[in-house]
Amino acid sequence: MLRHLMLILGMVLIGMHLCGLVLTLPEQPVSLAETVMTAMPHSGVNNPVTAVLLNFRGYDTLLEVAVLLLAVLGVWSLPRSLVYSQFVGPQVHGAVPVALVRLIVPLAVVVGGYLLWIGADAPGGAFQAAAVLAGAWLLLLLVGYPEQVIPSERRLRPLLAVGFAVFLGVACGMLVFGRSLLEYPQAWTKAWLLLIESALTISLACILFSLFVGRPRQELETEPPKSRSHVTEETT
Amino acid sequence: MTVSTLYALVGVTVFTIGLYGLLAQPHLLRKIIGFNFMGSGISLLLVASGWRLPPLPPDPVPQALVLTGIVVAVSATAFGLALACRIYVETGQTALPDHKVGEDDE
Repeated sequence: MLRHLMLILGMVLIGMHLCGLVLTLPEQPVSLAETVMTAMPHSGVNNPVTAVLLNFRGYDTLLEVAVLLLAVLGVWSLPRSLVYSQFVGPQVHGAVPVALVRLIVPLAVVVGGYLLWIGADAPGGAFQAAAVLAGAWLLLLLVGYPEQVIPSERRLRPLLAVGFAVFLGVACGMLVFGRSLLEYPQAWTKAWLLLIESALTISLACILFSLFVGRPRQELETEPPKSRSHVTEETT
Repeated sequence: MTVSTLYALVGVTVFTIGLYGLLAQPHLLRKIIGFNFMGSGISLLLVASGWRLPPLPPDPVPQALVLTGIVVAVSATAFGLALACRIYVETGQTALPDHKVGEDDE
């Protein structure tokens, strides 16, 4: 109890210190808004956030997709656990959810495509479209279509890799043709961005789905492996 | 006090609450939720730092940083949840061995 109170006191002190630091921040900090706005005509898109994400700071987005792939590697390296093993049949029962999902999933595909396209002019883009598509895919899974809906690992791996591969290929391809990393040619910027974003959408939807589902068609392990039981007995 | 200062203070408060949850709660799921709270608090702080007086457009760079941060937080959360499920299957516990539920009641 005493340790708990000390922890709470410590947190309150840290919180107050951070609030004090926030209040001492300058009123008009260094701003990159004017720099971004003057460079907007060269970026190929109309939305400043999309321009920053894919064009001016495209390197950050490239590494962000790599981080997502690393997370999939981590989740796939674990044996499938108890939680997903219960997805053998529908999790949500009844005719109404099934009918609703039948209506929603095609609409979600259209909404995902729209978000991908509109990312050039308004908030949207590859990540948002991929989130909507992955959500629709998981709805299908929950309502009871598991066998048809989970692709085999052989088909899933290329889909997972294609987004990062296209992005990295374009980035390094610019190096080959005498430009710097990720420097798009002026007249074709929008086309390159659309190509990268389309590949990213497919790939990210598969990544988000695999993070939830785990490794497809893998043997289920709900008991600790027998060979490790003697190790746990020694440590307890 | 401007709107951005209010947002920044709220972000810092949410961050502190998340930090408390991460350190004090023994249940692994609550630790992961606390970690997400910290991410949300920092996102609020970053977005608040992009605010400009109304005629000027807001700074888009912190907003792009927040989008990247949210995606990285999602991937870390997914991996953390998979590890927590695995710990539960392997040991039957939902807390790490040195921080069991009820230990703080002594």
